[in-house]
Amino acid sequence: MARTLAPVVAVERSANEARAARRDRLAGAAFTLPALIWILIFFAAPLVLMAYFSFTPLSPTGGRGAIGLGNYRAFFAESAYVEALWNSVVTTAIVVVLSLLLAYPFAFAIATKVPRSWQRLALAVAILPFWTSYVVRSYAWLLALSPSGVINWTLHALGVTHHPLMLAYSPGATILGFVHFFIMLNTLTIYANLVQINPRYVLAARDLGAGAWRSFLTITLPLSIPGVMVGAFLTVVLCIGDYVTPQILGGFRELLLPQVIMMQIQRQLDLPMASTMSLLMTIVVAIVYLAMQRWLRMARL
Amino acid sequence: MTSPCRTDTKAARGALLALIAGVAWMVVSTPAFARNTLDVLTWCDHEDPALLGPFEKANDVKVNFKDIDSTAAALAVLGQSKPGDWDVLVADETDTGRLAGLGLLAPLDAKDFPFGDIPTAIASPKLTSVNGVLYSVPEKFGYNTIAYNKTTFDAAAAADINSPWDPKYKGRVAVYDYYVPEIEYTAIALGMNPEKLTDADLPAIKAKLIALKQNAAMVGDVTTVQQALATGAVDVLFGGGEWVTAGLAHDNPNLNYTIPKQGGVRWQQGLSVFATSQKKDLATKFIQYILSPEGQGKLATSSCYWGMPANSKAVLTDDQKTILRWSDQPTYIKTTFPYLQMTPDFDKKLQAMWAEVLQSK
Repeated sequence: MARTLAPVVAVERSANEARAARRDRLAGAAFTLPALIWILIFFAAPLVLMAYFSFTPLSPTGGRGAIGLGNYRAFFAESAYVEALWNSVVTTAIVVVLSLLLAYPFAFAIATKVPRSWQRLALAVAILPFWTSYVVRSYAWLLALSPSGVINWTLHALGVTHHPLMLAYSPGATILGFVHFFIMLNTLTIYANLVQINPRYVLAARDLGAGAWRSFLTITLPLSIPGVMVGAFLTVVLCIGDYVTPQILGGFRELLLPQVIMMQIQRQLDLPMASTMSLLMTIVVAIVYLAMQRWLRMARL
Repeated sequence: MTSPCRTDTKAARGALLALIAGVAWMVVSTPAFARNTLDVLTWCDHEDPALLGPFEKANDVKVNFKDIDSTAAALAVLGQSKPGDWDVLVADETDTGRLAGLGLLAPLDAKDFPFGDIPTAIASPKLTSVNGVLYSVPEKFGYNTIAYNKTTFDAAAAADINSPWDPKYKGRVAVYDYYVPEIEYTAIALGMNPEKLTDADLPAIKAKLIALKQNAAMVGDVTTVQQALATGAVDVLFGGGEWVTAGLAHDNPNLNYTIPKQGGVRWQQGLSVFATSQKKDLATKFIQYILSPEGQGKLATSSCYWGMPANSKAVLTDDQKTILRWSDQPTYIKTTFPYLQMTPDFDKKLQAMWAEVLQSK
């Protein structure tokens, strides 16, 4: 009897397993669906729309022109626009490097030198400037850098300068404003990664005779790269598309791409050309993402 | 004790009611829904209750306005609206041709408005009409000027359009970032007629603008250049509107403005009726009210920004006339050029050239 029932039981078990698997799949789909719909509506659809717009340049009279590559040709034919894209890439690269160089030692000190009970307070102090508005922070830098600002006052008081320097309204001021913001962001991502590294690795290396510098270079630094890369990628995404800081601190000494995009909209409402430029910027960010994908592990944060 | 299930149901019901109320409010607040309203796309100077109140009372109507800061902003709002949602537009009259070309404006009858009281140059059909058809009624104007700090910049130097290029003032000059008046000012400095610019004039203008940028400390928007002048970061501002110093005059009486002896640039705004408006008669009445001596006085001294009223019979006090430099107006109008009348194509060329100037090292 048992011999005859065995196949039936097996079939039933298999059917039950299949049902359970289907239920799991349905539950998974149900949980994923809201996020998927959200992404489709608020990311994919606007992106497709933007791509479509970018291929429909304005006609010479200001109406909708024929579909084609006119906007892309116009963009690459205008040296000022290409230069704006290049300026954005270079500025972003400088900001990424400077932010990481300044944020890493800061995060490292908080993660390894500050007693655990004080780390939260140290982090809170580190991100304190986040509590004020981004625009307010940019204007605060403008005041600090002005001829009668605190920096010029200090330089003059120390006898370093005899006349106020024009420190604001320059690409350097833009980079300063950016770096101030992104140090905080990178400190957080790097710190979050550093505290996850098992301290026994470094202790083992030290037991085996490695010096502090060597154990940092061969153990701590490589293991903290995901945090560094996540910080770097977020910096790229937020910095390359930022309009406020260069607008307030840059003084139009050179144009970044977001400023050129705004120029298209503010005067002529040339949304097709603005879409073309935005899409090109999105492509740059996508290239950066692909290049960094190997190290981007959000789960480590 | 309330069960969690009942609490959830109540919360869901509350959320649903809030949603319905929200949607209802959105529907009710759309311009098309309200019957007894006049819907106006306007700059901030038409929003004072003191200006709108008498018109609303006289016509038993509510003026529903939406704030815009440029013609592009108006076009963006129109893109999100249904035909007929908006009745009146306040716009820079340099865009009259472009807006009429897009079929957005209704023809107007000059006889309905006090053109006899408007200076001839301000009433010029070049700014208000296309092919002899009136589309915009001028209501307010002013000047892009040389603004300067009297304590650090010589008044005689400010009267010379070439001073901002003088190496003596290197690093002390701010340049307003709106390319239309800057290009016109530069054309005047080059001895050109800024109303008749062609492609052939652009290389010389570009070279001159690059030289200006190299002598300047900064190029910036209204807020930025105003702040630079106020904090002493610069001593002179090239091409900014007179409102830059007018807004600061109370706190800093050392700030002044002038129009160079070689000539300057004049901005001018006008009122138009949308072609799709269902309330054209009321819209015309609104324009008539704004152009009336009382309306003009209130518009000229708006809490947002002051400017010269188009109607020379505007009701203003002597103090207000002094601040507006009333007695200088005949000379100012004579020595200034209005904003360029451009095709969208030429406008794009100027914008690209301006970008090249800003990118120059």
